[in-house]
Amino acid sequence: MEEARRVISVIVLNEASVLSRISGLFAGRGYNIDSLTVAPIPDSKYSRITIVTAGSVRVIEQIIKQLHKLIPVLKVYEHADLVEKEMAMVKIPLGESISDVEALAHAYNGKIVNVSSDTLIVMVADEPHRVGHFLEAIKRFHPKEIVRSGSVALER
Amino acid sequence: MQISGAQMVIEALIAEQVEVVFGYPGGAIMNVYDEIYKQKGFQHILVRHEQAAVHAAEGYSKVSGKVGVAMITSGPGFTNAITGIADAYMDSIPLVVISGQVPMSLVGTDAFQEIDAVGISRPCTKHNYLVTDASDLARVLKEAFYLARSGRPGPVHVDIPKDVTAQIANFDYSKDVEIETYKPTVKGNVRQIKKAIEAIAAAKRPLLYLGGGIVNANAADLVREFSKITQIPAVETFMARGVLHHADPLLISMLGMHGSYAANMAMSETDLIIGLGARFDDRVTGKLSEFAKHAQIIHVDIDPASISKIVNAHFPIVGDVKSVLETMIPLAKEQIDPTRYDAWHKTIANFNKLHPLGYSEEGDRIKPQWVVERIGQLLGEDANISTDVGQHQMWTAQFYPFSRPRQWISSGGLGTMGFGFPAALGVKRADPKRVSINITGDGSILMNIQELMTAVEYDLPVVNVILNNNFLGMVRQWQTMFYDKRHSATDLSLQPDFVKLSESFGGIGYRVTTKEEFDAALKDAVEKKVVAIIDVVVNRFENVLPMVPAGGSLFNMMLEYKEK
Repeated sequence: MEEARRVISVIVLNEASVLSRISGLFAGRGYNIDSLTVAPIPDSKYSRITIVTAGSVRVIEQIIKQLHKLIPVLKVYEHADLVEKEMAMVKIPLGESISDVEALAHAYNGKIVNVSSDTLIVMVADEPHRVGHFLEAIKRFHPKEIVRSGSVALER
Repeated sequence: MQISGAQMVIEALIAEQVEVVFGYPGGAIMNVYDEIYKQKGFQHILVRHEQAAVHAAEGYSKVSGKVGVAMITSGPGFTNAITGIADAYMDSIPLVVISGQVPMSLVGTDAFQEIDAVGISRPCTKHNYLVTDASDLARVLKEAFYLARSGRPGPVHVDIPKDVTAQIANFDYSKDVEIETYKPTVKGNVRQIKKAIEAIAAAKRPLLYLGGGIVNANAADLVREFSKITQIPAVETFMARGVLHHADPLLISMLGMHGSYAANMAMSETDLIIGLGARFDDRVTGKLSEFAKHAQIIHVDIDPASISKIVNAHFPIVGDVKSVLETMIPLAKEQIDPTRYDAWHKTIANFNKLHPLGYSEEGDRIKPQWVVERIGQLLGEDANISTDVGQHQMWTAQFYPFSRPRQWISSGGLGTMGFGFPAALGVKRADPKRVSINITGDGSILMNIQELMTAVEYDLPVVNVILNNNFLGMVRQWQTMFYDKRHSATDLSLQPDFVKLSESFGGIGYRVTTKEEFDAALKDAVEKKVVAIIDVVVNRFENVLPMVPAGGSLFNMMLEYKEK
């Protein structure tokens, strides 16, 4: 069956062990998590978890139902029209051209955020596939370390 | 009210009108046991192994319809209990399981008898709690009981560290449970129900597919009414035995791997499955791509995750099956013509005639199926029937004349050997007037044999009937059929003397080799009202038939087996 990338946004009670309930649900059934982010929703007792996964329509439907079944889950958004962003940071040796790096970052909604004695850190925030493009492009500046945040998403 | 965490546990159990707790003490739960000693609100039954505590609570719950309660200590006490918890989860049995935990100051230090209990129970409970402050206990325990019995029922585990049971805090059990994130759908969507009724009225060969959810929802009476009004034939899953009376002409039989030919053929030929509280388990469907190919599906279930999980439902109805039937029945009276399915009834009668469920007698040797039928003839409705897991279990499901829901107590989903005896103790505690029979095998019975002591101590005279074939029979059957008779590790020729074994605990025992001896033993055991083992020597190589081999199609059953 056709495997498609899906973004699932889950609103959960902000309590101990809720993350393990969610990740356990995926692990126990052999479903993959490509990325997962979680943070509290300000001024509420809830958190929002954004999960990027891949699976057939049937598997995704089952994941959604199983998520709903967890007691601390309030809402699950899946087929909603989501605006999705991801952030990445890359550490580059200072020998490279700072203005070239700056220009590249600029094209992907980013900038240089830190410069130390021998490295600089550049950050971008964009659609996940565009972050992927950026990470391809940055290769020629010999990145030493890369970190991606995983997706966050909000219903339009 | 300012009381200790341990006292809160007692107060909560009494407020929930718990009449019995099955348990086993240990270091981390001692504060609670100290309060159990002082109270008179409920009985505590000391089992002899923590797994048995949970199975006993399951048996109690299945027969009484109430939430069963088990209590255990941390570490090994808890890990012993986990099989029972998983069993209750698979069969949707409402339980509250309370475990002790090492004090909060030691949690995470690999302390003596410490294990991450909520980490282990998470995938096999409906919900679980680690209580870190006694002021949460009232809310947590009240939620635990509410979650266990509402929606799709299931076990809820509450882990309480020892210092929390000692802590003094305020206790107020009067507040209503309010869980914003948990609102099970009880009432079915009326528009969907109307569409379903139209589909039934238009169908030519509809079939009621009855599941264990009907028993949980106490909806058997309504199912009986619905089938009577509409004259739609029915098949029962293993879990649903007793929903319809065994003599009901509309009941075809059990379906699935060891279901009857007629039931499986009806499922294969139907044009409309009306699934009520059943979940299309793999033991029911056989090969999925061949399952009920001509059928549309109405699926009523309290658990949305069960609908379209295995097979796609054309008419999904999320709701309590009792509530949904209450809406369906008046509509069915108006719209469904009960004479419409006459041709379908004839087809099914033909299936029944072609290959009825049965077995053949062989000389003087007792056939295991005969034992099950005979118990049915002698005790019938007056007995509650538990089983362990294996051949004896399938023969009981096939041949016992069940006449009411909650008469049948068996481990369906998890298939736990060792379930039957402790469950039968809980059954006897819940329904003391009826005889509690545990039909078991010579393999299964040894998995919780220590409960003979519990039965004697608390005067719970369960009658264990061993269908003894000196084999792990079901595995032996598969080895014979599919592994070229290589009987790897299934020969149980070496056995204890079950009569002396029972007697050594203070019970009674019978070794039976003829039908006359069996009748006499059963009569005597029931009259004596002492825990008993009736060790029945049965035909060694009997197979459970008919059979859908694993992965096979329902309509392609093995009706007989000839040794090659």
